[in-house]
Amino acid sequence: MSVFVDETTKVVIQGISPSSQGLYHGLRNRAYGTQVVAGTNPKRGGETIEGIPVFANVKEAVAETGANASFISVPPRFAADAIVEAAEAGVPFVVCITEGIPAHDEARAYNRLVRDFPGTRLLGPNCPGIISAGKCNIGITSGDIALPGGPVGLVSRSGTVFYQALYELTQKGIGQTTGVGIGGDPVPGTSFTDVLQAFQADPETRAVLLIGEIGGSAEEQAAEYIKDHMTKPVVAYIAGVTAPPGRKMGHAGAIISGTHGTAKAKMEVLAAAGVIVAQNPTEAGEKMAGVVRDLG
Amino acid sequence: MDLYEYQGKQYFARYGIPTSPGEPADTVDEAVAAAERIGYPVVVKAQVKVGGRGKAGGIKLAGDADEVRTHATAILGMDIKGHTVNRVWIERSSDIAHEYYASFTLDRSAKKHLCMVSAKGGVDIEEVAATDPGAIARRHVDPTEGLSAEVAEALVAEAGLHAEARAQAAELLVKLYTCYEQGDCDLAEINPLILTTDGRVHALDAKVTLDDNASFRHPEWEEFAATETTDPRERMAKEKGLQYVGLDGFVGIIANGAGLAMSTCDVVEQVGGKPANFLDIGGGANAAQMANALEVINSDENVRSIFINIFGGITRGEEVANGIVEALGRVDIASPIVIRLDGTNAEEGRRILAEHGSDKLESVPTMIEAARRASELAKGANR
Repeated sequence: MSVFVDETTKVVIQGISPSSQGLYHGLRNRAYGTQVVAGTNPKRGGETIEGIPVFANVKEAVAETGANASFISVPPRFAADAIVEAAEAGVPFVVCITEGIPAHDEARAYNRLVRDFPGTRLLGPNCPGIISAGKCNIGITSGDIALPGGPVGLVSRSGTVFYQALYELTQKGIGQTTGVGIGGDPVPGTSFTDVLQAFQADPETRAVLLIGEIGGSAEEQAAEYIKDHMTKPVVAYIAGVTAPPGRKMGHAGAIISGTHGTAKAKMEVLAAAGVIVAQNPTEAGEKMAGVVRDLG
Repeated sequence: MDLYEYQGKQYFARYGIPTSPGEPADTVDEAVAAAERIGYPVVVKAQVKVGGRGKAGGIKLAGDADEVRTHATAILGMDIKGHTVNRVWIERSSDIAHEYYASFTLDRSAKKHLCMVSAKGGVDIEEVAATDPGAIARRHVDPTEGLSAEVAEALVAEAGLHAEARAQAAELLVKLYTCYEQGDCDLAEINPLILTTDGRVHALDAKVTLDDNASFRHPEWEEFAATETTDPRERMAKEKGLQYVGLDGFVGIIANGAGLAMSTCDVVEQVGGKPANFLDIGGGANAAQMANALEVINSDENVRSIFINIFGGITRGEEVANGIVEALGRVDIASPIVIRLDGTNAEEGRRILAEHGSDKLESVPTMIEAARRASELAKGANR
């Protein structure tokens, strides 16, 4: 099994046009086997682009095609509205890869979902998306680096370290149930804890690889959940040991404030929660190989 | 982007938050002229983006023009914790009865805004939080609801502000929230917020951090951006649209994605090297961007070797390779380059690099081995 998406997931691409990022990635996702059933564009309702029927809005797309996931890669200034539009249309799973959304827009959209649309889960923004190996890929991950069959669930804040970690596992012949990129922004729609809960509940996921980075306290919250609720082994790697305090390291959320949010502190808290902590992505793959061997 | 105190106060003023009348000055003569217009006594305040200005002698009271001249002469050019003072803020001195604290920021774990108010102002709030947490009134603000006058009134009462300050402070708090929210601040902090002896509440200091992601809807921020002083390497990178943070090592780092760039720095350090920088060429980087990145790294005299670590997702291997080839043709790259290329179209990329073989360039299959090789080369190099 996989978490959040599988081969039955039907995806609508919000903001589709012949030159859009959404179309480019949507076609790659479709080539992977994902059911891309619709696109939306207020000016292009009724058209068909690369075989994808286009609707004026998400509501119509859902009514006509039964889409139950959406993919957003529109520019930052439009992204928050696109997220809310998907939620209003009743889409249960929204993936937003857009980077550079103002923090206040994110906070408003997130809390709007919590208050008015509790049935919608947002993944991202500023994330690589989600890949259910062999079944469904929504986002920008290169499908060939994932290996179907489990038993590992992968969750990461960073996008490229997500790829690196998938690749390390795949090269060792270790399959994945689902890889989930939660994104590097200050207000992610889906947290580590949300994904850990899903992995804990998924019978085919037997071990979890968690990739964190400096800033915030998402890893500390994850450690608390792992300590209290997780029976499956967890291996973790935290990027940014060498990051100086007070500087945003590329991601809006990756900043050490004072002494808060350092990689070292996060690694210590995770280790105390029983997590196997690796020093780099390669070592994380090696340690996971050991864990998988022990699973038998 | 962090604002200077005077910019923060000017930003506050846009939202109706009361501050002392004042003017910025870059020279001693300008400072004196400003003081003459404002009226004595005035305070001469060093404008640097670092705390502890008062202790360093960067804030002085002046009763007349001679004193302004003396203090401005001493403060302009002063070094405060590595920051040179190029500008002072001259403002009318206030008679302080009490000092308070007020701020808004995003609480990332609650995913809501956090308002903090305290009757203990004028001191480091983190210290208050550590030693006397009960002295700080905290309230989460749901961004879909905003801050009501009632909640603001409850907060200033809970924080124990003096009775005569509460109505004005509550009103100011609502304005500060509007400034924080509509003004796209990551942080809006007033420390101290004061009650004057004649019963007025206003902001005596301003600490504002703006969310760079929102700059597209704030043309008024351009004047703030113009005063930003950064490391020349960082300025060059920013102009080229690259995410760059200067570090103090000798292995130049180029990676795609913030996480991988951090991870690359970590691995270099683990194998005995020292990263000279963090550089993220971004998702979907093309050949021109790679060439730009190499130019920025090449301008750093501390760099002894360059490690390019690319895992293609949106970024395509052949674009990366073409960028490197272009850069090698365009500029004289002083240091040896080690590249590790994986992901989308990596094979095509490696083929291009092999064809344009240069003795400056070495392709290594894994991240760790490449980090090791780059560190070795850096140690062996004499530039």
